[in-house]
Amino acid sequence: MSWIKEIPNEENLFSGTTSCIGCGATLSLRLALRILGRRTVLVVPANCTSIIQGKYPRTTFKIPVLNVAFASSAAVASGLVAALRIRGIEGVNVVVWAGDGGTADIGLQALSGAAQRQENMLYICYDNEGYMNTGIQESGATPFGALTSNSPGGKRLFKKDMPLIMMEHKIPYIATANISFPQDFVRKFRKALTHVGLKYIHLYSACPPGWRIPPNEIINIGRLAVETGVWALFEIENNSFRLTGPSVNILNQDRRKPIEEYLKIQGRFRKMTEDDIKILHEWIDDLWKRYSELHELG
Amino acid sequence: MVAAYPITPQTSVIEKIAEFVANGEMIAEYIKVESEHSAMSACIGASAAGVRTFTATSSQGLLYMHEMLHWASGSRLPIVMAQVNRAIAPPWSIWADHNDSISQRDTGWIQFYCENNQDILDTVIQAYKVAEDSRVLLPAMVCYDGFELSHTAMPMKLPDQRDVDDFLGPHKVEHALIDLEKPSAHGSLVTPELYMEFRHLIQKAMENAKVVIKETASDFSQRFGRNYESQIQCYKCRDVDVVIVSMGAVSSEAKEAVDRLRKEKLPVGAVKLRVFRPFPKEAIQELGRRVRAFVVIDRDISFGMEGALFTEIKSSLYTLDEKPLVLGFIAGLGGRDIRVRNLTRAARKALDALRKGVTYPEEEWVAVKE
Repeated sequence: MSWIKEIPNEENLFSGTTSCIGCGATLSLRLALRILGRRTVLVVPANCTSIIQGKYPRTTFKIPVLNVAFASSAAVASGLVAALRIRGIEGVNVVVWAGDGGTADIGLQALSGAAQRQENMLYICYDNEGYMNTGIQESGATPFGALTSNSPGGKRLFKKDMPLIMMEHKIPYIATANISFPQDFVRKFRKALTHVGLKYIHLYSACPPGWRIPPNEIINIGRLAVETGVWALFEIENNSFRLTGPSVNILNQDRRKPIEEYLKIQGRFRKMTEDDIKILHEWIDDLWKRYSELHELG
Repeated sequence: MVAAYPITPQTSVIEKIAEFVANGEMIAEYIKVESEHSAMSACIGASAAGVRTFTATSSQGLLYMHEMLHWASGSRLPIVMAQVNRAIAPPWSIWADHNDSISQRDTGWIQFYCENNQDILDTVIQAYKVAEDSRVLLPAMVCYDGFELSHTAMPMKLPDQRDVDDFLGPHKVEHALIDLEKPSAHGSLVTPELYMEFRHLIQKAMENAKVVIKETASDFSQRFGRNYESQIQCYKCRDVDVVIVSMGAVSSEAKEAVDRLRKEKLPVGAVKLRVFRPFPKEAIQELGRRVRAFVVIDRDISFGMEGALFTEIKSSLYTLDEKPLVLGFIAGLGGRDIRVRNLTRAARKALDALRKGVTYPEEEWVAVKE
């Protein structure tokens, strides 16, 4: 367990945030900021963290934070990076902390532009699979079948695949991470920081109120997401794709747990019919064919 | 730092800057962003991190920036932007009118309007000085008519770089929002107990800007030998009954109109509004005590009401005991030529009204086809 000792003890979030109990995003943010350290500037578009950080004049953060408009984060960060370079300020991590709506939907244009320009920043998308801060509405990243407050019958479209969209931008480092696998999580953040250019980390972020799950179950659910293949752990370093952690083992379909185990413990999937589950199953199988090809290509 | 996205007729600005940066004449980071929304966002990030920033846009581009215009002023960042006035679609038009920038009047930006190319250059320099003043700290847009100015070659005097550097001084980083030694959060949630105070501070900064614009104009005039007064610039306004009030390139035509009317000994002068925000209320009131009628030329229309300048001139004069007559004219939308004779006719209408003691409450759409 030496990897745990290597994580800096210094917290960059004060205790006592106003996040929901069992917020996967905030747990991830806390660990991420310990790795990123004090020389970090955080850009936060509209998302749960806009509220979680507390109201003026107080702040949850021990680092500089710019709260910005929903669609603007990667562009604001681009300007920040340029300005720090002009001023000769080195060794600063410019980090965007955006939700899935702010990334896959409204923020995609600015992110794509920044990625193409190879802006030197770390872009983190914490994916809780919906617009949770506004009251659990459907986003591009909401999975098929999930109930949201504006998809009462369950979402009929499939989840937008952000990491693979980012792969086509040929940026130096892309990874998915999940707080239920902290060793993998820490390793990926450390690795991201060794690259120059735009790094993209996509975080699985369980949301108890949005997913209708008990707050004390988020770590187990995160594990199940990986073990059932609903969510894959991988990294794409210099255009080379590699599954990581337990996701490597479930390349073999027989080793995957049935997705029902993942679905049945979450209230948001309660209206899925057997046919729906079959459709989702096929979609996941297709996704894994793609992962498998990419993994073998390396 | 320059961040920009191309739109006609702003393109010549960003092409020239790209050339300057490429050949080393201008030391700057130049980000070719993927939209105007991102252009303003990148300026916000850079300005927040303590560097001088510039961008340029027009029409739809300005409208696409709208959200971030508020963000820039709310963050109190002294960003300067060239805003090349162009009509808004649909229907498509690439020609000039002021509806694009007028529709952004409530975004908390200082708005300058320029009459000719020398005015544009001089105003961009002054805009930085005003925006960066610690009593102001607001973004400023320098507006000028598309094609009529943006694509017209005029002889002009280029100031010496050292003189400009000396005039502006180095960019002050103490206003930067990002400080790694003293971390703070910006733009976070504010409850109703304090939100109004943030807005009140912007309003006070706008009031301060009136003073700073005048100081800056005076300082600039002394250093560079070209005369800039304050928020308004008067032409032959002494002892006149009527003034023609306008903004942008039309102000040149207004001077020509005044010269023609003066040959007939008609008591008409011209007033150029250099600054629309903050609105020169006091200067208009002062003028209102000396003249009997205002002829207001609007190159914009606030649908459902009237020209924005017409409204604001009348509003400014409301507190005067003896209110002058105010006549409104909508002209030059979508690049329609505003002729000198349109302006002389407008002034004659005012003189006629004064003579007959009548008022014309209806605003006139100049030469509009029914």
